[in-house]
Amino acid sequence: MKKFAILVTVLVGAILVWGATDFPQWGDPNSPASTHVSDRYITEAYSASHVPNLVSAILADYRNFDTMFETTVVFTAGTAIFLILRLPLGPLARRRNSKHPQAERHPLPRDPILEMACRILFPPTHLFGLYVLTHGHYSPGGGFQAGVILGASFILLAIGFDLRAILARFPEGLFKPLAALGVLLYVGLGVLCLLLGGNFLDYEALRVLAPGISSAMIRSHGILIVECGVTLTVGSVIFGIYANLVSRGNHEGGL
Amino acid sequence: MTWVLDLFLLFFIAGTAIAALESKCLLTSAIILGAYSFMMCLVYAALGAVDVAFTEAAVGAGAGTVFFLSTILRIGRDTSQ
Repeated sequence: MKKFAILVTVLVGAILVWGATDFPQWGDPNSPASTHVSDRYITEAYSASHVPNLVSAILADYRNFDTMFETTVVFTAGTAIFLILRLPLGPLARRRNSKHPQAERHPLPRDPILEMACRILFPPTHLFGLYVLTHGHYSPGGGFQAGVILGASFILLAIGFDLRAILARFPEGLFKPLAALGVLLYVGLGVLCLLLGGNFLDYEALRVLAPGISSAMIRSHGILIVECGVTLTVGSVIFGIYANLVSRGNHEGGL
Repeated sequence: MTWVLDLFLLFFIAGTAIAALESKCLLTSAIILGAYSFMMCLVYAALGAVDVAFTEAAVGAGAGTVFFLSTILRIGRDTSQ
């Protein structure tokens, strides 16, 4: 069986490598992507949106629809994980919890060095997440990375202290609506553009609300709003997945 | 000189991938996968895709490893079970 699996893996790998020979050379200036698409992005992106980081401009402006559904996919995946892992509330959950009183049986030892280290590390991590979000226009970064870093900063606290301590400050009733709010912010901005007379997610329509701003700057601001939505969703989902995984869905105890 | 770095990364990635598969302890596999993610991150950075490298470092090496670890500490780290 193992030999068969190795054979299949090698065969599929060989087919993939063989298929890749049809690709244009890496960095070939005559490939279709470089002659039509990239040219336009590189020459027009900055004047159209005042965003020096081309990746951000493409991700949140030119290919906005794609990114919107990526955010929706993250939200859907997070919701599915919550549905599978989270124990239902009510009398049934209480009975199942009393059957596995792991938090009571193994009281978590408190480690002052670990706690202090997490306490010191948390603010810079959090601040770095916000920096990545707001500076995504100028440097590598953006909504997805910022969301992961913000979620990770909460996970850091949950590891250093215990899950219950952090859930008291960032409760389930907060991070679940925040995940949905991120998607709502994204889609809502698109619908707002539609209502103001533009195309879906065409930020230029927002100029009606802020007449003094140039069309390039309003695109830049639109990208920032959309990235905030992505950050909210990704950060909440990352922390929610961790909280459900580590506690077998009952949100008690910690790592 | 880039090919020296690429060759080194290729061997390291293949090595970590095989080591993660062959390891008998799930905890070891998870940590090795974290190292694998960091190597992939270096590959993306070497190709000039800094945004992708950043995402790989944050998601693959950071959040992914934490998810693996939290699951493994709940289900036990022995593969024979």
